[in-house]
Amino acid sequence: MADLHINLAGIDSPNPFWLASAPPTNSGYQVQRAFEAGWGGAVWKTLGDPIINTSSRFAAINFNGQRVAGFNNIELITDRPLEINLKEIYETKKRFPDRAIIASLMVEPKQEKWHEIVKLVEDVGVDGLELNFGCPHGMAERGMGSASGQVPELVESQTYWVKEVAQTPVIVKLTPNITDITATAEAAVQGGADAISMINTINSLMGVDIDTWNTIPNVAGKGAHGGYCGPAVKPIALNMVADCARHPLINVPISGIGGISNWKDTVEYLLMGATGVQVCTAVMHHGFRVVEDMIEGLSNYLDDKGIDSVMDLVGKSVPKYSDWGNLDLNYKVVARINNDICINCNKCHIACEDASHQCIDMLKDANGNSYLQVQEDDCVGCNLCSIVCPEEGAINMVELKGDHPPLTWNERQKALSEIGAK
Amino acid sequence: MTSTLPSIDDLKKNFEEISSGLKNQEAMEEANRCLYCYEAPCIQACPTDIDIPSFIKKIASENLLGSSKTIMRANPLGASCARVCPTEELCEGACVLNHSTKPIMIGDLQRFATDWAIRNKQVLFKRGKPNGKTVAIVGGGPAGLSAARELALLGYNVTIFEAEAHAGGLNTYGIVSFRLPQAISFWEVEQVKSLEVDIRTNTRVGKDISTKEVLENYDAVVLAIGMSSVPNLRIEGEELDGVYDAIEFVKKTKTEELSHEFVGKKVAVIGAGNTAVDAATSSVRLGAENVKMLYRRTVKEMTAYEFEYEFAKQEGVEFRWLTTPKRILSDEKGNVNGIECIQVELQESEDGSQRPVPISGSEFFIEADVVIRAIGQSRYIELIESFQIDHTNGVVEVEEGSYMTSNKKVFACGDVIFGNGQGEAMVVTAAQQGKLAAYDIHENMFGKISVTA
Ligand SMILES: Cc1cc2nc3c(=O)[nH]c(=O)nc-3n(C[C@H](O)[C@H](O)[C@H](O)COP(=O)(O)OP(=O)(O)OC[C@H]3O[C@@H](n4cnc5c(N)ncnc54)[C@H](O)[C@@H]3O)c2cc1C
Ligand SMILES: Cc1cc2nc3c(=O)[nH]c(=O)nc-3n(C[C@H](O)[C@H](O)[C@H](O)COP(=O)(O)O)c2cc1C
Ligand code: SF4
Repeated sequence: MADLHINLAGIDSPNPFWLASAPPTNSGYQVQRAFEAGWGGAVWKTLGDPIINTSSRFAAINFNGQRVAGFNNIELITDRPLEINLKEIYETKKRFPDRAIIASLMVEPKQEKWHEIVKLVEDVGVDGLELNFGCPHGMAERGMGSASGQVPELVESQTYWVKEVAQTPVIVKLTPNITDITATAEAAVQGGADAISMINTINSLMGVDIDTWNTIPNVAGKGAHGGYCGPAVKPIALNMVADCARHPLINVPISGIGGISNWKDTVEYLLMGATGVQVCTAVMHHGFRVVEDMIEGLSNYLDDKGIDSVMDLVGKSVPKYSDWGNLDLNYKVVARINNDICINCNKCHIACEDASHQCIDMLKDANGNSYLQVQEDDCVGCNLCSIVCPEEGAINMVELKGDHPPLTWNERQKALSEIGAK
Repeated sequence: MTSTLPSIDDLKKNFEEISSGLKNQEAMEEANRCLYCYEAPCIQACPTDIDIPSFIKKIASENLLGSSKTIMRANPLGASCARVCPTEELCEGACVLNHSTKPIMIGDLQRFATDWAIRNKQVLFKRGKPNGKTVAIVGGGPAGLSAARELALLGYNVTIFEAEAHAGGLNTYGIVSFRLPQAISFWEVEQVKSLEVDIRTNTRVGKDISTKEVLENYDAVVLAIGMSSVPNLRIEGEELDGVYDAIEFVKKTKTEELSHEFVGKKVAVIGAGNTAVDAATSSVRLGAENVKMLYRRTVKEMTAYEFEYEFAKQEGVEFRWLTTPKRILSDEKGNVNGIECIQVELQESEDGSQRPVPISGSEFFIEADVVIRAIGQSRYIELIESFQIDHTNGVVEVEEGSYMTSNKKVFACGDVIFGNGQGEAMVVTAAQQGKLAAYDIHENMFGKISVTA
């Protein structure tokens, strides 16, 4: 069996699966239940000055029958007294010394406030710290959370203050509510962060009730923007992780977060440069037990691939993630329809006809049976038909060997400018 | 009958597995429809307690190795059960979606996962650290295999004595191929063998090896011999050519080249249990022109499952209720040509049960070239008595809450303890009892249970 153990910036964990700082890590009772179920680590629900939460705080997108495709909340950080959390962290760590417990922290952007809380949590034996610069609502109004996290200078200075006193590794958790996440990631590194984690939730309004005209969710008839997470945010988060992973100045480990529901999502994050992952929504949907399949599925995958350690996956796809200007313009794929599998729904035809390049014909054979055919010369290889096709294997995108050698946009421009320079 | 003879290949096709199993996409969609309930009622409804939501979740995540392990860990006959369990009365009947939309196809998903393991030649488990104790298992059917598997995981040295050429019991020889191909049963046998279980086939205890030897040479014995042949009808004409024992008949379809023997024939099956349905539908698939099932009670009392009854009707089998055979008739050459039947009515007897009573003067004739007896199974009383254990009419008695017989060294499970109100004759119950008998032995030997995969 492959070794699932990870080490993230000096923090050991028996497997790469951590609970993200969120309701599932609200108390010792919960975190201990999670560890019993097999979770490798937990980032405790963010500690700070206890707040008051609203009643009615979550909402979800159900997409065509699949519940919780996306999840939204207007919850703040912990509403429990700090002493109680500290006591429970201590007890939990004592019961599960091999698991990683990370304290998530959020205080006012003042040096002494950070110094104070770091000492308190390190005294009860946490394995690391996560600075929450991400919460998009409630705390931001108080100059904390994403209000800090959107300003690179504030990220850098606060990280620096924490590093002044921290004995354990410091992870900076980044908000996605920013144009370029590498700017704040770099600031965290400048401030001395040992690792970064991403993403926190994305600004969102879940919906409007078209009968009452209330927002979803609403608190006594009023709403406020919340934070979006769950399976729907994975592509956004994965891109941010990848952008940081390939950035030459962001050379610290990454803890990947956002829409991770199973071991396959995890493998993707690891390949794109995360050293471990954190999970919230999947647990809120199904309970801690989801980790069983995550661990087993990952382990079977590694065995299947003949990989000894999960750490060997980290970053393997990063070199494959580049910029548009480096893509080969002479590469060509075309759609090919397998009429033995095709069920003749004509979805590909209408998609191509109305939204792409009008190259899928609806034809009839000698017996009058309908079939579909791609005019390969006109096909631009956009993938749309295969995306809308409901039948597995009915449309394959096949590579055509071109007459021309690979040529990227950047190479082309360079060549053109060289000609122009002559 | 003037129809042209079907080729043997056509007949063979009739005996290929009917259902082709879920396609990948179907399985994914169905798996994603599962709610992944907590403390799910389907788990409670499965006699072997398979963690059904968990194995389905693993199909959805494409962890098929994990999925098949979850199934087979709880049920060493999980691939067979996926095909032959009466799921609408078990797991699927308990699915909470019965109350909202439609239940999850648990049996089909179970088949999807185990088919994957079979196709990919997976060896799912490793035997436990040897604990120095030996167990003899008499009978390599579902109950014996399940006990063997569990004992091997616990570290026992296990020997199975099996009378037939292959292990698997009725899964190998009794349940028709078009519902359960032999290859599935053989795979489950291989899984047990891979745990270093010694399976001695062609070895009938009481004949090829004495009961005494078995009792003396092992630390414990599991009696899992199932039931025996179909009893006689005890009517005139029973000995004629063309009268078959249903179990022998099905066994032939699973072990010998199919023939044209039944093509165009009229077949009468006596009985209305699982075996009767399998015999009747096999007859149809062998080309019989007309197949009737004669039963002395009504559709309400028939012991075949609802799905079997539906299947038999679909196959074109006819039913004659409240009908009992009086004698089997033959032509001058001694070949069966019909049955004299008599109509019966159900009368309440003193103990409250419904007893069929012949209506005098109601005799009638049914044309038949073939008569198949399917009125239950008799018991291996002689062998049971040679073990010197208590039984009632061949149903071995076990201590309440355990599988220990009146001989503390001998444990019994499966069809051999079915009857007189005890349990049900199903593959899945045999599997569960085999597991539990193994735990009983372990507890007896070591006083505590520690189960590991
Ligand atoms: C036609 C038919 C259809 C059925 N359909 C279904 C179905 O759809 N679903 C379902 O759940 N159940 C079905 N059943 C019932 C199911 O097959 C049995 O309940 C199950 O096989 C019982 O398992 P067992 O191990 O106790 O006995 P068996 O399967 O009978 O196995 C007993 C084994 O012991 C061996 N043996 C016997 N005597 C000796 C000896 N002296 N020495 C060594 N070995 C010996 C036998 O050869 C056999 O291999 C059906 C049964 C029949 C007959
Ligand atoms: C209800 C709720 C409360 C959250 N509270 C916090 C928090 O206190 N601190 C924090 O850093 N992130 C918090 N998060 C964000 C999660 O830790 C995580 O970054 C985000 O949900 C993305 O992961 P997911 O897609 O697995 O849910 C919260 C998320 C939810 C849904
Ligand atoms: S999950 Fe339901 S019962 Fe539990 S706190 Fe929320 S609203 Fe209340």
